Amino acid sequence: MGKILRINMGSEGGPTIVEEPLGNYAGLGGRGLTSAIVSKEVPPQCHPLSAENKLVIAPGLLSGTAGAMSGRLSVGCKSPLTGTIKEANSGGQPSQVLARLGYAAIVLEGKPKTDDLYKVIIKNDGVKIEKDNSLKMLPNYDLVERMKSQYGDKIACISIGPAGEMRLAAASVACTDTELRPTRHAGRGGVGAVMGSKQVKVIVLDDTGTKVRQPKDPEKFKDANKRFVEGLQKHPVTGQGLPAYGTNVLTNIINEAGAYPTYNFKQGNFAGASKISGETLAELEVKRGGVATHGCHRGCVIRCSGIFHDKDGKYLTKQPEYETVWAHGGNCGIDDLDAIAMIDFWDDNYGLDTIEMGATIAVAMEAGLAKFGDANAAIQLIHEVGKGTYLGKILGSGAAVTAKVFGIERAPVVKGQSMPAYDPRAVQGIGVTYATSTMGADHTAGYAIASNILKIGGHVDPLSPEGQIELSRNLQIATAAIDSTGMCLFIAFALLDQPETFQALIDMLNAFYGLNLTADSVTELGKSILKMEREFNMKAGFTKEHDRLPRYFYTEPIAPHNVVFKVKDEDLDKVFNW
Amino acid sequence: MQIKVKLFATLQKGRFDEKMFNLVDNTTVRDVLHIIGVDEKDASIIFINNRHQTLDTVLKDGDILSIFPSIGGG
Repeated sequence: MGKILRINMGSEGGPTIVEEPLGNYAGLGGRGLTSAIVSKEVPPQCHPLSAENKLVIAPGLLSGTAGAMSGRLSVGCKSPLTGTIKEANSGGQPSQVLARLGYAAIVLEGKPKTDDLYKVIIKNDGVKIEKDNSLKMLPNYDLVERMKSQYGDKIACISIGPAGEMRLAAASVACTDTELRPTRHAGRGGVGAVMGSKQVKVIVLDDTGTKVRQPKDPEKFKDANKRFVEGLQKHPVTGQGLPAYGTNVLTNIINEAGAYPTYNFKQGNFAGASKISGETLAELEVKRGGVATHGCHRGCVIRCSGIFHDKDGKYLTKQPEYETVWAHGGNCGIDDLDAIAMIDFWDDNYGLDTIEMGATIAVAMEAGLAKFGDANAAIQLIHEVGKGTYLGKILGSGAAVTAKVFGIERAPVVKGQSMPAYDPRAVQGIGVTYATSTMGADHTAGYAIASNILKIGGHVDPLSPEGQIELSRNLQIATAAIDSTGMCLFIAFALLDQPETFQALIDMLNAFYGLNLTADSVTELGKSILKMEREFNMKAGFTKEHDRLPRYFYTEPIAPHNVVFKVKDEDLDKVFNW
Repeated sequence: MQIKVKLFATLQKGRFDEKMFNLVDNTTVRDVLHIIGVDEKDASIIFINNRHQTLDTVLKDGDILSIFPSIGGG
C-alpha cells in the first residue's frame, strides 16, 4: 500500500494519471493522510469547488489486512459545507479493496474544462479513466447496477448520485457494501460535491488477483488480532448491544436522558421514540425476513448493520442508522419506520448526507414548508433535491442555507454543518466537540456521549460544564488517531473500558509495520493530525469565535432539564491547549 | 407508592418493556432489580425521570425508572 494515485482531471487533452510513492507521507493512513495532503497541497483560501481543491480518498493503515474491523475509508478535501478541512468516513468494501490494490490514496486534482463526466476503473493490472456521459444524473443504485453489468460482481464502487453532480453542499460519496449496494456513505461536509466538481461519477475497484496485505511479523500480528477480536466480543457494547440492535439502540437511551433533539431541537424528549427504537427496528426486520445483524464490510466482527425489508418483504434499504432515524424521525416529529427507511433509501440513491438532510427538513418544517410529523411531505422534499428543482437545491445546500433562505433563526449548526442526534444543552460534553471540532458540528470527532450518557470510559455528568473540556479533548485526540488506522470507531467502546484491547490494537500496528509504538505515540499521532487541521482552518479564516454554538443554545433552555449550554467561551478556547 | 419501570434492549427479553409497580416507601433501585429479577451487574445505566441515578437511589411516588444494560452506538 505504498502508492498514491493522482488523477489530474484538468490536464490539457483529458485527465492524466500519475502513480508515485508515498514519499513524505509515508507512515500515514486514513484521516492522517487525507488531512496531511489537503493541508499541504490545497490553498486554505481556495473555493472548495475550484480546481485548486483536491479530493483525497484513503484507506487506513490496517485496511486490506487480515485485521478485523479495518474497512473504514477516509474522504478528505476542503468542505463546501463548512469551508474547513474535512474528513468524512465510510464503511463498505472500497477501503479493503483499494488497500489490497496497493494504494494508500487516490487524489483527484484539477477540474475538466468541458462538462463531460468520467469513470475511473482500477484493477490489479492498471488504471483507466473513461468519459461516460451516459451516466449523467443516474442515482447511485442504478449506477452501481450499470457498473455491475459492465465490470462484473466482484467490484466495489465509490460514487456520487445526482446531488454530487449538482455540487450540493449536502452531497455524499457512496461506497458499496458486501452485497454491492451503495448503502455506506462518507456523508458529512459535502465531499460528494467536491467529487462532482471533479466530474468523476464513479471509481470502480476490482482486486481480483491481489492478496491480503502481509504483516512484517505474521505470527505476532495474528496473535494481536486474536486478542483484539476477543476484546471486542467480550465487551457488552461491541459483543451484544450493537450486533443485536445496531446503532439505533441509542434512540431510547438518548430520549430517556432528555437529550433527544425533537422538532428542530425544540425539546429533549420525543413521544414516538419507542416506535422507532432499535428494539422495534430489529424486531420488524426479522419479522419481514430482513437481517438485524450484518457487517458493512468483510472482516467486521461487530456487525451493527442490518437489512430492512418493506411491508411486502422486499429489500428497501440497509438498516437505517441511529443518526438517520433521529434526523428524519424524531427531529421531524416522524414516528414511522417505513417512512424513515424510505427516506434513507432516497438519501442513499440521490447521494445525500442523512444527518444534514434530516436537520434541513426539520428547519423547513419550522419554516412552514411542511408540518412536523408529515412523512409524505418529507419524502417529497427529498425528491425535490434529487430532481434539482430550485427548492431542492436550497434544501440540498443544508440546514444553515435553508434557515437563511426561509428566515429561520434556529439553525442547529456549527461552521455551517448541522448537529447530529444529541442536544448539546442536555449533553454538555458533546457541545464542546460540536463547537471546537475541526470539522464543524460532528459527533464522531469526540464522542462525549460515551462518558456523559453511556458510562463508558468513566462518567462525567452531562448536565454540568465540569470536566467536559478534558473529556472532549482526549476523545478528539484518540479519534483522530483511530481514524488513521482504518478501524471502525466503534472499537473505541471496548478500547475505553479495556486497556488490554487498546494494547492489542497497538500490537497489531507494531507487528504489521515493524514499529515500536506505545499508547503515547498514538496520542502524539492524534495531536499532530488535529494540529494540521487547525492550522488549515486558521489559514482559511477561522478564529476562536467560530468555535461556538449558535447563540440560542446559550439562551433558550431545553426541556425536560431546562438547561442551556454552560461551558464558558474561555474554556472552549482551551480544548487544543495540551 | 406507584412507580413505572421501563426496561430496554436485552433486559426486555423474558420480562417486559414497561410496567407499573406498587411499592412500599423507601424502596431503592436495587430493591426493584431484585423484584424483577435483573442482576445488578446487568443494570449498567439507570435513569429516574431523565436523570442518571445509582442502585442506592430511593424511589418516590410517580417516578419513572428506566434501566439499560451497557449499550452504545452513534
